[in-house]
Amino acid sequence: MNNEGRPTTPVAINSNERLTVSGSKGLDQAVNLIFEIGTPRRTGVDLPEPKGRASRLGGQERTGEIGLPGLSEPETMRHYVRLSQKNYAIDLGIYPLGSCTMKHNPRLNEKVARMPGFADVHPLQPTSTVQGALELMHQLSHWLMTLCNMPAVALTPKAGAHGELCGMMAIRARLDADGQSQRRRVLVPESAHGTNPATAVQCGFTVDEIPASGDGRVNLDALREKLKESDDVAGIMLTNPNTCGLFERDIVEIADLIHGAGGYFYCDGANFNALVGRVRPGDLGVDAMHINLHKTFSTPHGGGGPGSGPTVLSDALKDFAPLPFVVKDADGFRLVEHEGGEAEGSFGRMCAFHGQMGMYSRALTYMMSHGSDGLKQATEDAVLNANYIQSSLSDVMTVAFEGTCMHEALFDDRFLKDTGVDTLDFAKAMIDEGYHPMTMYFPLVVHGAMLIEPTESESKGELDRFILTMRSLAERAKAGEAESFKQAPVYAPMRRLDETKAARNPVLRWTPPVEE
Amino acid sequence: MRYLPLNENDRVAMLDVIGAKSIDYLFQDVPEKARLETLVDLPKHQSEQAIERHMAKLSAKSVSAGSVPFFCGAGAYKHHIPATVDHLIQRSEFLTAYTPYQPEISQGTLQALFEFQTQVALLTGMDVANASMYDGSTACAEAVVMAKRVTRKSRAILAPGLHPHYAAATQTLASTLDIQIDERDCRPGRDDHVIDHINDDTACVVVQSPNVFGEIIDLAPIAEKAHKHKALLIAVFTEPVALGAIKSPGEQGADIVVGEGQGLGVGLNFGGPHVGLFACTKKLVRQMPGRLCGETVDANGERGFVLTLSTREQHIRREKATSNICTNSGLCCLAFTIHMSLLGDAGLKRLAALNHEAACHLADVIDGIHGAEVMNESFFNEFTVKLNKPAADVVEALAKKGVLGGVPVSRLTEGNEDLLLVCATETSSEEDIHAFEKALTEVLS
Ligand SMILES: Cc1ncc(COP(=O)(O)O)c(C=O)c1O
Repeated sequence: MNNEGRPTTPVAINSNERLTVSGSKGLDQAVNLIFEIGTPRRTGVDLPEPKGRASRLGGQERTGEIGLPGLSEPETMRHYVRLSQKNYAIDLGIYPLGSCTMKHNPRLNEKVARMPGFADVHPLQPTSTVQGALELMHQLSHWLMTLCNMPAVALTPKAGAHGELCGMMAIRARLDADGQSQRRRVLVPESAHGTNPATAVQCGFTVDEIPASGDGRVNLDALREKLKESDDVAGIMLTNPNTCGLFERDIVEIADLIHGAGGYFYCDGANFNALVGRVRPGDLGVDAMHINLHKTFSTPHGGGGPGSGPTVLSDALKDFAPLPFVVKDADGFRLVEHEGGEAEGSFGRMCAFHGQMGMYSRALTYMMSHGSDGLKQATEDAVLNANYIQSSLSDVMTVAFEGTCMHEALFDDRFLKDTGVDTLDFAKAMIDEGYHPMTMYFPLVVHGAMLIEPTESESKGELDRFILTMRSLAERAKAGEAESFKQAPVYAPMRRLDETKAARNPVLRWTPPVEE
Repeated sequence: MRYLPLNENDRVAMLDVIGAKSIDYLFQDVPEKARLETLVDLPKHQSEQAIERHMAKLSAKSVSAGSVPFFCGAGAYKHHIPATVDHLIQRSEFLTAYTPYQPEISQGTLQALFEFQTQVALLTGMDVANASMYDGSTACAEAVVMAKRVTRKSRAILAPGLHPHYAAATQTLASTLDIQIDERDCRPGRDDHVIDHINDDTACVVVQSPNVFGEIIDLAPIAEKAHKHKALLIAVFTEPVALGAIKSPGEQGADIVVGEGQGLGVGLNFGGPHVGLFACTKKLVRQMPGRLCGETVDANGERGFVLTLSTREQHIRREKATSNICTNSGLCCLAFTIHMSLLGDAGLKRLAALNHEAACHLADVIDGIHGAEVMNESFFNEFTVKLNKPAADVVEALAKKGVLGGVPVSRLTEGNEDLLLVCATETSSEEDIHAFEKALTEVLS
């Protein structure tokens, strides 16, 4: 998700803070790098002494020090526990990053993912010995296809962007099979996530931006114009609900227009959390859509991954699905891993092995726990929570587009005009109030965007407290307290970090200090 | 539903604040024909206990690696993972954090990434490493795309010993980007030949060591020839533990090093999630795909870490980005880093030595079996065995005897029916090796 904001060079401040001798501040413990704690000779594992047999390394022995520090077990434990305490987390409080769907991560999912029949099986064991794992994949496929009303799903993509690649590769393969290889232009709304244009280019397409209309949706006239008398359009990549948190009202018409022009409809499913159990992408004319299991189906984000991006495919595209895939027949489950035969049309392999099993088990556990009724309720609560926030803040902040929203509420920075506070400052002030900021400066179609996605995991009490805080921050900004915003955060483990310096003079690894 | 905090009273009160009569009002933009009036055709919610039972039954239908004598490798390796690792990666603050976009409250993740990048750079002998890719195979594909950007040439040579899945993933990505990949003949003992194919049109040579057959390749002469023709050497590995025993690709002249990090800290997981490692020389860093964490200072002048050089990335650069990757393998990096911190130089080298020793022993044992012949001159912890019967049948027969006895090459790529890849690690006990010997002797006789 793009919410890095603009590079910042922090203003120097006069800190009145009392310095401590140890560098720690109460529970906020100072922590060095492992390279400053450990030494290459120390180790935190007990391994038997090798017997020193003859080496069969072909004369390629590694000699000399590698330089990797070792830490004893207690040192390791303490180091990483201390580090962990410098992180915000969904288990600590609301994490309202728009487009990221930071919802509760049930621990049952963790327990299931660690069951030996899923976690401790090798991807290339004989398939007769991994029937349970394949059955789980098959069940997951069934749930995903049913929720989407789509006839096929490719499980292997390893995250959302990889799913985009899968869908666009399938579209390309279909076009090539139909002798339509001149179709290389992909339409992408300007509000799209950065992965969309990047993916299109990685598939050898060119990107043609479609402008948004005044209500934050695709401008249909502009779209018609782009399609007029063209035979080079491969398709459209559209997020729905879009990145402004709005349902694309004209989506069926958009699908018809694209299909009428000989192209295919890729839907970015990052926002599927607003639809599950209430709307099926297959009923909207979608040809391919990735599902971020690490968003909608709660596989934990882990500080940046791993994710999983199964991609549902329409009848038009399903024969082009990547390898491998699971097939069920009379003798049980098997994997189709090679080209040709049943995989005649497949565009090939996207990665080694069979995708993110560890995410499949968690996501299926999550879906089965909710069931058809719970999934629908979760969707409704997610949309309700977002609208509750939007309505409760609309008089003090500026809502970007009129009307109700779906699962996330988009504000712009008009309410900060002439206050001297910008979106970044506002976000940093939220940190001092104990909140992780919302997504900022994305989507690019509104100025100083603030995209708030509470998810269904928040109680009304938690939302009310959040709303109260946001209102008071907005009022403080308008009351001329810009200076305190510029200083923020002061209650975080670190003050504002100098991102400009980091980029200008990149230090990307530790190196031993030079002796004077 | 136990995961949903709102109750009916809350919902009514909230709808009232919004000014909506019912929840349907909030879905009014959905075209009428696409509104689902009934529940989707799937089972209703279930208790924690019921789900656990269902999943435990499914789990029990597979034979887990830890429950039998186990000798599979070929890109995924079974090692002992210290209990500390799994405990730490399950801490809420690591597990349930997003990508560290707000550095002031993400120093835990960021510092761990900085440590990870440094460890990967040291292990591979390279200047810099990124904050991970999805896995080794996608890292390999991205490296080839990067080589095209760097050299402005578009011919890639993949060595015969490159893992077939890595070659396939690379082929898939290359096929849409006008990168020509030379035909290759995936057989053992042929990697040296890539030297003869390098010429001025070559953008990169991709060589795996130890390769998929377990052979250790001398990369230095390949690097030298590549550089003579302004091509890059992309060195690949699938087993990070090997780098505790064999020369780093960096010291042999590699320009980009990609590999699979699963062998340290990450379980087999039926093939995913794993963690892609990506390192290169300093001069290429701005062409790298993926996230990078860098050191800086905060407003008080204290050392801290941020994601940096993001003008390479999709969220800033969009269609001009070096890659479309966004989410990577965050938590697996953390597992790798914690395991590596526990090991250190001393532990890693010993672990590597134990792996090699186990494999040497296993090779001797297998060589003594009638109908089986170890083909490798060199290897680390896995090697190729030529059998007198199709390897796929042998592996099935071994499984029936309760031994997971390796990976047939034909599972990875068509042909080579008589070749079996066999791997031993520090987890292979004397007893396991004995059971394997007995079962294989019976199957081959
Ligand atoms: C709208 C949108 N599309 C695509 C992605 C990419 O997904 P991933 O990070 O899983 O690759 C994201 C998330 O970051 C997103 O918000």
